[in-house]
Amino acid sequence: MVLLIQYTLIFSAVLILVALGGMFSERSGIINLGLEGIMVFGAMAGGLVMVAMADKPKATIIICTLLAAALAGMLASLLIAVACINFKADQTLIGTALNMLSVAAATVIVKGYNTARSNAKDVSAKLDYVKGHNAFVIQIGKLQISWFIIIAAILLVCAIFFFYKTKLALRIRACGEHPQAADSVGINVYAMRYIGVLMSGFLGGLGGIIYIAAANSTWHYDYGVAGAGFLALAVMIFGQWKPERIAWAAVLFALFRSLSNVYMGIGFLHALPIPGTVYNMFPYIVSLLVLAFTSQNSRAPKAEGIPYDKGAR
Amino acid sequence: MEEKISFFKRPAIQTLLASVICAVVGIILGYIALYIINSEHAADSMKALLVNFFKFRVVKGPLLMKNFGSFLVKSVPIILCAEAILFAYKAGLFNIGVAGQYTVGIIASIYCSLALGWSWPLCLLAAILAGAFWGFLSGCFKAFFNVNEVIAGIMLNWIGLYICNIVLGRPECMNQSKSETYDLAANNPDALLPGFMQEFFGNNKYISIAVPLTIIVAVIILIVLNKTTLGYELKATGHNKDAAKYAGMNAKRNIILTLVISGAIAGMAASTIYLTGIENFKIASSVPGMGFNGIAVAFLGGLNPIGAIIAGLFVEYISLGGQYVDYNYYSPEMADLIISIIIYLCGFVLFFRSILSRPGRVKVNANAEPDDTATKAEEKEV
Repeated sequence: MVLLIQYTLIFSAVLILVALGGMFSERSGIINLGLEGIMVFGAMAGGLVMVAMADKPKATIIICTLLAAALAGMLASLLIAVACINFKADQTLIGTALNMLSVAAATVIVKGYNTARSNAKDVSAKLDYVKGHNAFVIQIGKLQISWFIIIAAILLVCAIFFFYKTKLALRIRACGEHPQAADSVGINVYAMRYIGVLMSGFLGGLGGIIYIAAANSTWHYDYGVAGAGFLALAVMIFGQWKPERIAWAAVLFALFRSLSNVYMGIGFLHALPIPGTVYNMFPYIVSLLVLAFTSQNSRAPKAEGIPYDKGAR
Repeated sequence: MEEKISFFKRPAIQTLLASVICAVVGIILGYIALYIINSEHAADSMKALLVNFFKFRVVKGPLLMKNFGSFLVKSVPIILCAEAILFAYKAGLFNIGVAGQYTVGIIASIYCSLALGWSWPLCLLAAILAGAFWGFLSGCFKAFFNVNEVIAGIMLNWIGLYICNIVLGRPECMNQSKSETYDLAANNPDALLPGFMQEFFGNNKYISIAVPLTIIVAVIILIVLNKTTLGYELKATGHNKDAAKYAGMNAKRNIILTLVISGAIAGMAASTIYLTGIENFKIASSVPGMGFNGIAVAFLGGLNPIGAIIAGLFVEYISLGGQYVDYNYYSPEMADLIISIIIYLCGFVLFFRSILSRPGRVKVNANAEPDDTATKAEEKEV
């Protein structure tokens, strides 16, 4: 049971951050299907830093890892921003391309790193960062908590405050609903959309490193992040593009997601005569059903997915 | 007279030009990536990747043709996936679920051939129906529940993958000692697709009717989209659901029908490779990349069914080339990297083309400026 809580906390942290990222991007008017790719880039940068800095003091590892992941995520999101905002590219296509690009690039880079490090003895796409993983762990009684979760909680509070209480957020939201109207009162739509996408990169990158490092101490980069970015998108839709609702939705999804990791340890679930793979399917089936019931009257930002054209009427 | 030809051919030339630019820039960026990883061996590896199986041309005998045949066999599913994607895209739906529809196609073709022992027409039909059913599901979610087809498609991809691992992991299909499915040729030769011009391709036993079938499918799609009422209705629904409804079309039916047809093609794509015996299925931890590469092919081919065939051959050529790079310095995923860069660039292609074709559409007097754009296009070509 402790394990279930632990995993639920970790996956909620991931889903909250990434879904909030998606929310900011979509509120500014850009559909961010590349969240998965952003997560992979964040995970790769953070993982590499954790391996390279394994001997440094804990605080340095924590700060550098988080910074690297967030920066990598923002760089990745720039790929989306430039193509979708300046060049008016098809946002779905660019997101998909980023997802593919990220997995291929992460595999190539990590393999190259391993090959160079081991004189071509180790050519796998696997990173081993036990020390980095341990640096983040705090033990409270039986429960193992990670610094990651605390950071996610802080960021959630900041995001809620930012979203409802600041001028900047109001402007971003205006650009997602009616960019022409926003432009007419002097808001720079392009800049707002850049901010929205870069925020999604920041949060997505952090989500990526949490996904791979909070529960594991090794990761195979050729798997990407196994659809976590898309689960976060489902969380975002279920949360109706509002931060506090997203937080609750994320906890619900995280519970189902963690079942596949811990069902072995829960007596009655383990005794059921169904193969373990079924539990892997669970979060996806649940999110499909949830989406089916919530999408009918969804309040998606009106202008999302439509490139802003200054001359359009 | 020359003006007239260049005027009519202009969109085609643009598409071709844009795609070629995309491919060339993708390869150049790939080379830069190789160079950054290891500067000494970059040129050799890039050459190996581009020369590919043509390195067998020095060996006398049928080896080159045989490799060429295998290359064609492997290009078939990727081209069909691209056809599935572009068909849906033309009807306004981004069917990312092709990957999942392909996966259930794998389930149907392997399970029916190995566990049930059916012959090839039935297996092919089963794969098509399975893919169509998966497309039907995401169509229903879109039409009745307003779920974005991209999200629904991705969820169904993962569900399909896990079902695939459960079903094909059973002892009837899975050779536990090799951890891949049993060889089709040894266990149920009836399920193999009939051969096609095998002697010409150096007795390559994998070449089957799938190759001509692909071309037929492409032509049918071209005709359906451009010459039939059905194609017109599907495209109209994609442009504006409400307007189509107002004009008396059944928008919900059209959305579902689009995804069913798209899914059927994707399911067929799976059977064209797993019913030839060239590859056996291994338990996978991520959704097969075929459907995603299909997106690259569809856009690189300028969203044209015939263009997709050419683009499919190109993309498969590059990903096959990944096997020929020096593994001591680079990973075979280099090819995937180049392909994904090309897809990313495809986003800019649509922009590039819309800029070029904009004056032609807006203008009233068609004779005034085409010369200008045509000469511009020619300049770029040079």
